[in-house]
Amino acid sequence: MLSDLLPPALVALLLDSIGQTATMVAVAAVLSTLVGLPLGVLLVVTAPGQFLERPALTRVMGTVVNLIRSTPFIILMVAIIPLTRLVAGTTVGTAAAIVPLTIAITPLYARLAEAAMREVDHSLIEAAQAMGATPLQIICKVLLPEALPGILAGQTVTLVSLVGYSAMAGTVGGGGLGDLGIRFGYQRFMPEVMIAVVIVLVVIVQSIQMAGDWAARSVNHRIARGRERA
Amino acid sequence: MTRLARSPTVLEAAPEGKAAPSATRDGVTERRPVVRVEDLTMVYDQKAGPVLDKVSLSVREGDIHGIIGRSGAGKSTLVRCLNQLVVPTSGRIEVSGHDIARLSGGELRRARRDIGMIFQHFSLMSSRTAADNVALPLEIAGVAKEEIRNRIPVLLDLVGLSAKADAYPVELSGGQKQRVGIARALALDPKVLLSDEATSALDPETTEQILDLLKDINRRLGLTIVLITHEMDVVRAIASHVTVLEHGKVVESGPTFDVFAFPKSPVARSFLSSIVAHDLPPQIAARLRPQSSLDTDPVLRIVFTGEAAHEPVIADLVDRFGVRASILHGRIDYIDERPLGVLSLLLPGAADRVPAVLAHLSFLGLHGEVIGHAVRSSAAGARRAAS
Repeated sequence: MLSDLLPPALVALLLDSIGQTATMVAVAAVLSTLVGLPLGVLLVVTAPGQFLERPALTRVMGTVVNLIRSTPFIILMVAIIPLTRLVAGTTVGTAAAIVPLTIAITPLYARLAEAAMREVDHSLIEAAQAMGATPLQIICKVLLPEALPGILAGQTVTLVSLVGYSAMAGTVGGGGLGDLGIRFGYQRFMPEVMIAVVIVLVVIVQSIQMAGDWAARSVNHRIARGRERA
Repeated sequence: MTRLARSPTVLEAAPEGKAAPSATRDGVTERRPVVRVEDLTMVYDQKAGPVLDKVSLSVREGDIHGIIGRSGAGKSTLVRCLNQLVVPTSGRIEVSGHDIARLSGGELRRARRDIGMIFQHFSLMSSRTAADNVALPLEIAGVAKEEIRNRIPVLLDLVGLSAKADAYPVELSGGQKQRVGIARALALDPKVLLSDEATSALDPETTEQILDLLKDINRRLGLTIVLITHEMDVVRAIASHVTVLEHGKVVESGPTFDVFAFPKSPVARSFLSSIVAHDLPPQIAARLRPQSSLDTDPVLRIVFTGEAAHEPVIADLVDRFGVRASILHGRIDYIDERPLGVLSLLLPGAADRVPAVLAHLSFLGLHGEVIGHAVRSSAAGARRAAS
C-alpha cells in the first residue's frame, strides 16, 4: 500500500528516518532519565524544610535547570557544538544529535519528576523518619514508589517532547523523520513525503501517549478499582 | 498472645536498656518511667513565643498517658519531640533509655525503632498493600525477607485485619487503615507507641473500636502508649494518666481518675464541663448561667468516689437542709477501672443553703461543686415574652 503512493527509494528513506528518530529518542530518553531523575530527587530533598535541606544547592541547580530550559533548542544545539565534539567525537550525524537532545530534555524531565515527588504527602516522609529510615531509604522506599505514577506521566511528556525536538536534529545532520520531511517534502516539493512523515509521527506520538497512560495507570493505586475487572 | 519475637537484627541494633525496676525509698518496686521529659522548650519563632514552655512529664512502663489540649496548645510538637521529628530548643528527653535529644544520625535512627507512631491521617503508602505497608519498617530495619514474611500475618492478626492483607489503602475504610497503621507501628516491637490524634479522623463508633484495640494491645503486650488528643472522651476511654496542656505549658497532670473527679485547672474543668454540659438535659443546659441571680436555682454536681458512694446523700440533704432536690443526671464511669459516680442535682429555691450543703458534702468525703445556675423556666418564659 505504501509502495503505491511512494517510490521504493522513498520508502527505504522513510524506514531509515524512523530508525534514526527511534535511536535519537531512545538513547536521549535513557540518558536524560539517568541524569534527570537523580536531579529531580535532589531538587526535592534539598529544598527548604526537607530532610536533606541545602537551600544554596537547590538554588544553583534550579538556576542551571531554568537556564537550559529557557534556551531555544535550535540555539542550544549550535551553542554546545564544542561539547558535542568532545563527547560524540563528531558534530554531525545521529550520534552528535543525541548530545544536545539529552541536555535539552534532562531539565524538563527533572522538573516533571520533581513536581511528581512534591505531591507525595509530607506525613509519609515523617512516618518513614519515625521508623528510623535513612535519607536514601526515604527516597527509594517512599518518595520514588509513591511518585511513580506522576514520574511515568512525566516520562511520557518527555518522550513526546523528544520526538518533537528530534525533528530539529536535521540541522546538525542527525537525520530522522523531521529532516526527511523538510528535505524531501518541503525543499523538493514532495507533499506525499510530508504527509507520510506527519502520519508516522502522529502514530508514534499516539503510541507513546497510550503506552505511558497505561503504565501510569497500572502503578497507580490511589484510585479504587474493581479487582475483578483488573 | 505472647510478646512478638524480636528479630536478631533489631536486637543487635537496640542499645542497652536501663536497669530493671528500681527500688523506691520505701522498698516497693515501682514500674520505671519509659518516657521522661524535663524542661522541654521549643521556640519556632522568637516573636510568637515558645510553643512548648518548660514541659516536664513522666510516663511509666505500661501506662496509657493522654496529653490533651486545644489546637495550638503544643501537643503535636510535644509528641514529635519524643522521636525527634521536631528538634526542641532545649530540655532533656529520655525514651526507653535513649537520651533522644542528644542523638543524631544512625544512633537516632536505631532509637526511633523503639518508638512506634500512628498518625491522624494514617500515613500509609498508597503504592503498597496492607501487608507491604506493615513490612516497610521491617525492610527499613534490614530484617531478612523470610522473617518479614513470617511476621506480617502475626501483626495483621493482632489488629484483626488478616483478611485484608492484599488490599491497597484506597480499598480500606478509615478504621481499617488505622489498624494497618497500628500493625505497622508495632512491627519493630517498640517500647513506646506514640499516637498523634489517631482517632480524630474517625467516626465515633470506629473511634471506640480503635481505642479498644489500643487498650487491648496495651494489656497484651504491656506496651506504653503516649496519645495526644483534643477529645476528653478519648482520655476517659483508655488513658490511665493525663496531662493537660495549655499554651505550651503543663497545667495539670496526674491519674485520669483524679483529674476527672477533681479537676484543678480551669482548662481541665472546661474540657470536663463540655462533657458534663453534654450530660445535662438540653432544656436545663440551655438555661444554665455562670452567675446566680434572683430567678435562678443552683445546679450542683456531686462526685462519688470509693466508700462515700454508699451514703444516702439525697435523703440526708432533704432531712438536714430541707432542700428539694431534683436529679438532672447521674452516671457512673469506669475510669481506669475505678468507678466514678457523678450526680447532677437541681436545688430549687435553695441558693441560700448551698454553702452549708457543700460543707456537709465535704464532711461526708464527697466532692460537690456548683456548676451553674439554671434560670427558672417560668421566669425564663416571662422574660422571653417581655423582650
